[in-house]
Amino acid sequence: MFHRLSPDDPPVEQMVQSHKLRPLELLPWLAIVGAYFAFPEYLSLGSQILLTVVFALSLDLILGYAGIITLGHSAFFGVGAYTAGIYALHISGEPLSGLVVAALAAGLVGLASGLVILRTHGLTLLMLTLAFLFLIHEIANKAGFITGGADGLQGIAMQEIFGQFRFDMFGRTAYVYSAVVLFIVWLFARLLVHSPFGRSLTGIRENVTRMHAIGTPVRRRLVIIYTISAMIAGIAGALLTHTTQFVGLNVLSFERSGEIVIMLILGGIGRLYGAFVGAAVFMIAQDELAKADPVFWYFWIGLLLVLIVMFARGGILGLVDQARRWLRRRV
Amino acid sequence: MDFVSAAISIVFHGLAFAMVLYIISVGLSVTMGLMGFANLAHGVFAMAGGYLTTTLMNNHGVPFGFALLAAAITVALISIVLERLLYSRLYGAGELEQVLFTIGLIFMSVAVVRYIWGPLPQRMVLPEMLRGQLDLGFRAFPTYRTFLIAVSLALILALWLGIERTNFGAQVRAAVDNRRMAESLGINTGRLFTLTFALGSGLAALGGGLGADLLAINPAYAFEYLVYFLMVVAVGGLGSIRGPFVAAVLLGVSDTAFKYLVPEIGAFVIYIAVIGLLLWRPAGLFGRA
Repeated sequence: MFHRLSPDDPPVEQMVQSHKLRPLELLPWLAIVGAYFAFPEYLSLGSQILLTVVFALSLDLILGYAGIITLGHSAFFGVGAYTAGIYALHISGEPLSGLVVAALAAGLVGLASGLVILRTHGLTLLMLTLAFLFLIHEIANKAGFITGGADGLQGIAMQEIFGQFRFDMFGRTAYVYSAVVLFIVWLFARLLVHSPFGRSLTGIRENVTRMHAIGTPVRRRLVIIYTISAMIAGIAGALLTHTTQFVGLNVLSFERSGEIVIMLILGGIGRLYGAFVGAAVFMIAQDELAKADPVFWYFWIGLLLVLIVMFARGGILGLVDQARRWLRRRV
Repeated sequence: MDFVSAAISIVFHGLAFAMVLYIISVGLSVTMGLMGFANLAHGVFAMAGGYLTTTLMNNHGVPFGFALLAAAITVALISIVLERLLYSRLYGAGELEQVLFTIGLIFMSVAVVRYIWGPLPQRMVLPEMLRGQLDLGFRAFPTYRTFLIAVSLALILALWLGIERTNFGAQVRAAVDNRRMAESLGINTGRLFTLTFALGSGLAALGGGLGADLLAINPAYAFEYLVYFLMVVAVGGLGSIRGPFVAAVLLGVSDTAFKYLVPEIGAFVIYIAVIGLLLWRPAGLFGRA
């Protein structure tokens, strides 16, 4: 288990106050605004990172808070990306309505699959998340008349946001657009995890028998959070479509599912900001290292996972916490 | 007549596929049942078996049978080291840790294998004896697949007899049923785990080598077929030895049938069937809920 009440955990008073905004929580936003001015030539990578944070946040809700282990989360990312692409091609190139439609489509798929797979647990649940992903991948592959099959969706042209801001070639609009969407998703996710509903999810993760015993409708709660998470993943997928104006089958790949889990673990799960740290560190490292030697990139990722599991189960932010506690004891 | 002939052909090819699936997956089922360990990297052992077998045959001229045996023993020995050094530390850990750890192992294996053997699938040159067709009296069957089915059935029989009739088998069954009770009776479960793990990995290696002509040996092997191995185990029921056999036959035959009869939607049917089946029996066909 990643989370267990221990002497190192904060006292109850702190837990009761934990929904209050701490100054440190502004740090990621300072970084995001700062990066816009500091690295103008890296803005397209920046918007990819931001939308990946949205995706990782959606995973954190189910994996980190509710404890649902999934290897098929890119199914919802992909449904969102394809829906946004098809909507832009055939109905309207207006981005905001595209986001909404993509979220709804992904949420619908999430609800349908959640109703089915959340009846199981353990290895079976894991296998079913994979089976669903492959199923949807296969549909996208075979339904070429609407998805473009292996060629993907090409020729997507986005309109201006609010009829004002055109997607420019420097990626400025894409960056700001992704950042604003991320901000809204973060606000919502933060509200959610500190609500009684969010707390009950943590309860389900920690001790499902007890939650049943006190009358929590466990499966219904899980299906709800699974659906919400699917919608947010769909929004992340739609952001990819809007910012790159292309959708390929790789949005539904197993690699994408695996990588997003790795990013979240790397940052630290069940703490919202793990998604920020993990996605940023992983993608910047990938941008720097993977181009030189893509084969060994995977070796290092694998080794990193093994090391995290063996020695640093809280990820980067867990290590930071440990370091802070250690310092506090010393001072 | 055409229909009958097609049906026979489907069942035959399906069975050959099923045998390979079963031999590879049975170890995973036992690891799950015995140690409660979600070893997603199980396919890595099968892949290693496939690479060792093909390399021994192609580059060193070792005969097929010896190459298989050598590969299985090597992989089993390596798996003992891995089990003692790494896996055993995570037996009590949560499912997420086990999943992450084994995915990490898969990633590393993909990189190492690509580094040594390159990205292309391995060539499997069958010995002269196993090529062509074998006439069984009423019709001819591909020799390799007939051999595959025969060898696998013999292996499975030996495995089942071993589990049912030997002292070791009785200890394994006791530990799956009730580990604490088995321990209190003086069974050394730690050693049992190691031996069972090695046996399962060795079998997987054997399956990988035997089936190298069916499931192409390539760096992404462990990811590509993971969902098949998991389906066999989940449908069969965790911890069961026979459940996965029934599951593998069902899966192998129906997968072959649908891919042959309705290639446009072949892959869907199998996923939907598995999802439906697990809705009906979440613990699998032979699992205890």
